[in-house]
Amino acid sequence: MTYILAFLFCGLVCMISQIILDNTKLTPGHVTSLFVVIGAFLDIFGIYDKIVVYCGAGALVPITSFGHLLVHGAMDVASELGPLGLAFGIFNLTAAGISVAIVMAFVLALIFKPKH
Amino acid sequence: MNKEEYQKIVKKNTPKENWIKNALITFLVGGLIGMGSELLLNIYATWLHMPRKESGVLVILTLIVLSSILTALGVFDFLVQKFKSALIIPITGFAHSMTSATLEYKNEGLVLGIGANIFKLAGTVILYGVVAVYFFGLIRLLVMGG
Repeated sequence: MTYILAFLFCGLVCMISQIILDNTKLTPGHVTSLFVVIGAFLDIFGIYDKIVVYCGAGALVPITSFGHLLVHGAMDVASELGPLGLAFGIFNLTAAGISVAIVMAFVLALIFKPKH
Repeated sequence: MNKEEYQKIVKKNTPKENWIKNALITFLVGGLIGMGSELLLNIYATWLHMPRKESGVLVILTLIVLSSILTALGVFDFLVQKFKSALIIPITGFAHSMTSATLEYKNEGLVLGIGANIFKLAGTVILYGVVAVYFFGLIRLLVMGG
């Protein structure tokens, strides 16, 4: 069941973004930024958590989960330290993804030549 | 033939961007990516005995590594032309934007090329994510009381 929900959720998010891209003048950069903000907004009210429970990795893979993970890291520490915790914990959960992406981008740029 | 008729014929014969077909393709491919990563999550959880939360992070890392390598090999751009935002909206697009930026500006040097441009596109995602979290987080802490 989770597989079907993962398919539906991830597919729907991608489809909505493609419809926005095709019918407006927004670029992929605009749409990804918009989706991160939407993910953060949904997570503040605990909605995205429920989606993750039902859809599993289907909800973790789209860029909306980046906002969700930022909120989670920040709010976990903020519940102990108060508003200051927002600053301490914000990258707690996304650190793995960002650091691996940085290292991969750097190493691959050293090895490969750009293709045009 | 006057100008209006000509315009009509031009309008009739220019290939329309078929957004319904694009939407269907992205729905299918995006859905397959979601389903595949759920499968991968279950594989990590059962074979490596990781908790579900950590195997979720591992799935994201796997996708990042895969898409970075595909970008460096030049395959990813070809796939994006076919499957469009099905590959841009998942975390693969984030890794793709960083690797393609570093490859493109490689010639300008290690610091001014790779270093200065690595976050050229991914920076917007981080910027608006962080600003949104501070904004929403303060609202939740101060107005809703945590």
